[in-house]
Amino acid sequence: MKKFLTTFGFWKVIAVAIMLAGIYSTYIRFFHGLGAATNLTDQFPWGIWIGFDVLCGVGLAAGGFTLAAIVYIFNLKRFEPIIRPTILTAFLGYVLVIVGLMFDLGRPLQIWHAIIMWNPRSVMFEVAWCVMLYTTVLALEFSPVILEKFHLTKTIKLVKRISIPLIILGVLLSTLHQSSLGSLYLIVPDKMYPLWYSAYMPVFFYTSAIAAGCAMIIFESFLSSRAFKRGLELNLLSEIARVCVMMLGVYAVMKVVDLSDRKMLSLLIVPKFETYMYWLEVAIGVIVPFVLFSQRKIRQSPSGLFAGAVLVVVGFIMNRMNIAITGMEGWSGSTYVPSLTEFTITMMIVTTGFIAFYSIAKYFPVFTHEELRDENAPAHAAAAWKHDIESVSRMAEARN
Amino acid sequence: MSIKKALLIDLTLCVGCNACQLACKEANHMPEPEKEEKSLSSTAYTALEEYDGVFVRRMCQHCEDPTCASVCPVGAFTKMPEGPVVYDVEKCIGCRYCMQACPFQVPRYEWSSTYPRIQKCVLCHERLAQDLPTACSEACPTGATKFGNRDELLKEAAERLTAEPDKYVQKIYGQKEVGGTSVLYISSVPFENLGFRTTLQNTPLPQLTWNALSKIPGIVTVGGAMLFGIWWITNRREEVREVEQNMKDTNHSNNGKN
Repeated sequence: MKKFLTTFGFWKVIAVAIMLAGIYSTYIRFFHGLGAATNLTDQFPWGIWIGFDVLCGVGLAAGGFTLAAIVYIFNLKRFEPIIRPTILTAFLGYVLVIVGLMFDLGRPLQIWHAIIMWNPRSVMFEVAWCVMLYTTVLALEFSPVILEKFHLTKTIKLVKRISIPLIILGVLLSTLHQSSLGSLYLIVPDKMYPLWYSAYMPVFFYTSAIAAGCAMIIFESFLSSRAFKRGLELNLLSEIARVCVMMLGVYAVMKVVDLSDRKMLSLLIVPKFETYMYWLEVAIGVIVPFVLFSQRKIRQSPSGLFAGAVLVVVGFIMNRMNIAITGMEGWSGSTYVPSLTEFTITMMIVTTGFIAFYSIAKYFPVFTHEELRDENAPAHAAAAWKHDIESVSRMAEARN
Repeated sequence: MSIKKALLIDLTLCVGCNACQLACKEANHMPEPEKEEKSLSSTAYTALEEYDGVFVRRMCQHCEDPTCASVCPVGAFTKMPEGPVVYDVEKCIGCRYCMQACPFQVPRYEWSSTYPRIQKCVLCHERLAQDLPTACSEACPTGATKFGNRDELLKEAAERLTAEPDKYVQKIYGQKEVGGTSVLYISSVPFENLGFRTTLQNTPLPQLTWNALSKIPGIVTVGGAMLFGIWWITNRREEVREVEQNMKDTNHSNNGKN
């Protein structure tokens, strides 16, 4: 057994086990229906496939538009070394959201109906369109990586020519649907527990997604540096952590102001399950990482960065799960715990994401700045810095 | 002008005979029931719930501005001018947002099917088209469920409340809830004790999401212009830098020649 494990590798064995369980669950889902596969009921129609696969999948992919804006709109070219893996993460995230939806929708083969059957009053309609369009935008943003591999220079030029409008479109679409995932829940003012329900949910969803997207950039960089035995872009990542901590700060202030505006601050000390879950979410996802990331020393240490990023991601997931599940249970008068089938399918989708990222990064030029190995990293980062600073000081000179 | 129809359900008159459910199943071609269904299900568009001897008839409320119709991404729900909120299974993608959003928790799902439908009362819209009352109101032996024009039924309900103020709770449930519904209730027991949601707002819920959705054009135009502006500035900065760099280089090389 030990020999078997070392030959195949611990993680590979786990991945294979998850995939097999997932395939069996897929069979149950599509051949025996949602009733047999899930613990969903008429009282509780949305479970982890919406709460995790969709809400978290989209939110955690927010690094894509954030970094695209930083590199191409704000022209901070020193972040270029991490743009490709980030866009890839985002693209895979969206593809997997659509896969998750195919499991959750009762009539998945009808999914295309949203293209021709319009209902502009529906938030879900808007989200559907944004996700469709943004997935296309991400595919185009990532396409140069694939085209490079096959030396299709002409097509690359074509894509590069439309790259700025494409990036702007991507940022706009992301802004719309990241916030709209919060708007989805505006329609349930009575059903959702008031610690979470707020007219400002769209804004909260948007800001928390940017923070979580930044954390995902850091998280993904760490995993890639281990998997591909490459260096870490430590300087860049610690700057990303600064963006993250800023967003967390803005988010925290808005949450407190909102709670006090709605006169709900007293709910924070009511001894109730919802209160505990709320505090857990806020402590893990906001307070602790805010304290960690606001210290330069921690932002510049690999382990500090990694710990902070993991906390933000976990806290973000807890927030979305609380909104989708914890916050909705009380009113519906039922409890929901995902079934083994729901759980294994979610695990399978996540595992597919890891495998897809690994395979694409292995066979396509995703990590192009290979010279950024440990020993060279500081020098290169310093050079990039110098370039940026010089350009700014030249600007100042020119003005004088 | 088409006339808005409605049902007036007087809970004081209901004896719990379940004739409404039976007639409903027949009218909607549901399988012959083995026994009475005590709550709404994918095979029961209406059901009687008992609270201490008071029977409460549950069914779709047929809101004036239906939440289900507003949230459905493919527009599978329609509010007909006569009142019924109807469902088009051919459009439905099965996202179940209607179930999540319905303030009365009415829509039911065919969970055991591999090609499921949403199931809920359709206010016998086919019978209404033939100038017939709903099957349930026709079957009701005590007049607890009465079919008629909405404004007339509202007037009648108010008359009953004033005629016997000691008997009735002074409220017509459904007159104002979420902007009004096509199913109206009057009762001698406070509604909150009968499983009714009494904290619902009086304005239609779709307004809540519309507040957010209506901001989209603004976000797109202002955001688009802003992003383009920022890009233009940062890009221009880079271009100027390059030109200056080139000029410097040429100057240097010229100086070198001299």
